Amino acid sequence: MNTTATFDRLCVDAPHTSRTGHTAPDDALPAVKQGTAMNQMTAIVEQVRVEDLHKSYGNHEVLKGVSLSASSGDVISIIGSSGSGKSTWLRCINFLENPTSGRIVVGGKEVGLKRDRRGDLVVADAKQLQQIRTRLSMVFQHFNLWSHMTVLENVVEAPIHVLGIPKAEALERAERYLERVGVWKFRDSYPAHMSGGQQQRVAIARALAMEPSVLLFDEPTSALDPELVGEVLKVMRSLAEEGRTMLVVTHEMGFAREVSNHVIFVHQGRVEEEGNPREVLVRPQSERLRQFLSGNLK
Amino acid sequence: MELLDFNVITTSLPEFWRGLLMTLQLTGIALLCGFIAAVPLAVARVSKNHWVSGPVAAYTYFFRGTPMLVQLLLIYYGAGQWQWMQNAWAEGHPLWSLFREPFFCALLAFGLNTCAYTIEIIAGAMRNTAHGEIEAAKAMGMSRYKALQRIVLPSALRRMLPSYSNEVILMLQGSAIASAVTLVDLTGAARNVYSRHFAPFEAFIFAGLIYLVLTFMLVGLFKYAERRWLAHLAPRKASRRKEA
Repeated sequence: MNTTATFDRLCVDAPHTSRTGHTAPDDALPAVKQGTAMNQMTAIVEQVRVEDLHKSYGNHEVLKGVSLSASSGDVISIIGSSGSGKSTWLRCINFLENPTSGRIVVGGKEVGLKRDRRGDLVVADAKQLQQIRTRLSMVFQHFNLWSHMTVLENVVEAPIHVLGIPKAEALERAERYLERVGVWKFRDSYPAHMSGGQQQRVAIARALAMEPSVLLFDEPTSALDPELVGEVLKVMRSLAEEGRTMLVVTHEMGFAREVSNHVIFVHQGRVEEEGNPREVLVRPQSERLRQFLSGNLK
Repeated sequence: MELLDFNVITTSLPEFWRGLLMTLQLTGIALLCGFIAAVPLAVARVSKNHWVSGPVAAYTYFFRGTPMLVQLLLIYYGAGQWQWMQNAWAEGHPLWSLFREPFFCALLAFGLNTCAYTIEIIAGAMRNTAHGEIEAAKAMGMSRYKALQRIVLPSALRRMLPSYSNEVILMLQGSAIASAVTLVDLTGAARNVYSRHFAPFEAFIFAGLIYLVLTFMLVGLFKYAERRWLAHLAPRKASRRKEA
């Protein structure tokens, strides 16, 4: 985990190279944050910024203006009770749901939006949409592995057919990430023949194989049997320790407290409270968060 | 009197053989063409745009809603009712003259019929694709076309196998109506043998046996295909179970 990423909004007008070796495009000057706490001035590139995001289904407003910013190395946990809008928020970031209004900046580049017939915002340029989705890889609650493909086929699929990398390289990459999450020996199995924890680890490998700049986790352990939660959390924790940028919608308070460097508590479509998990989760300011935590922490 | 006169069968073997070839040609070509046309039409059938899915739905409703024999007779006898068709025949028009050929008319009727059923089988399998798998394809940056080509169709074409095997067997047996338009298929051959020797049991039991053998071969073929392409839906093998 990169503890240098804090949330003071300090912008520097120069492109930087992130830890992953990704060079920010010259035309977009990404906002850069500086670490202030214990560490010296390590400049970190902002990977995703969401500003004033609203989402309505008909008359029901699920998100009432939420914002976040994630820089490389950040691990942000989004917590809140069911129906608070936290999953919708995450799904709006890679446009699996179309927001009603708001701005999204990915890799320093503002996402060009237009209104569709229903009045929702959609990405104007299909190329940019694809680019966003390959930079932000998602891990789903129900794994969503492609059931007719073996584990290995699942992991090489998008690198070959979306990123267009050569097959040999994709295979090498897939084996590396399957090894990384500890399911390499299942590479020729079908998802239905594996446990939930194993499937979710394959899904994480599939997301990693895209070599994205941000990993989005949508309640990755909520569909798992209690005894399988640990193996998935362990993988996620090790990814965080590697310095990967992660946005995690979760009910796992332990993960939020120990692994993430920022926690956002969502209540009824608004950010009720946010900040350093060791502060926010230990000394909650709002009554809502206090109630939520007393229901969650055992 | 003997129960069966095997002489009737052995002397008519060449005739049965020609009938069998006719049956295989008719069903084989009709199934192949019907399947190839059904894949893109099934994609149209599941389209959210009613102008695209509507005409395909109308086509499948008509061909699934009327007997194949009626369709065959309509094409074979109906075509010649048009004056312009008769004129085209008189001129020797290469396309319209095909409608004088019973073989072509039977192929057309069978092909259109099996295509209609196959469209609904594929479309049903496509609709049953797990929503999450499509969502994952989107989230990985696949375009709609790419997701269709890489995820939805490969998955649907596998899952359709059990119901498609029924369609293939029904087509094989349904092709017996080809004899209604003068074609001598397996059933037609049996009928000729029967009328020549007045030996209904020999003629029809032998034809029935051939159909039975063909059907069993098809069942075996589809069983093999399912083992090969539907392994992901089969119960987990015992050997893999030791891994917790």
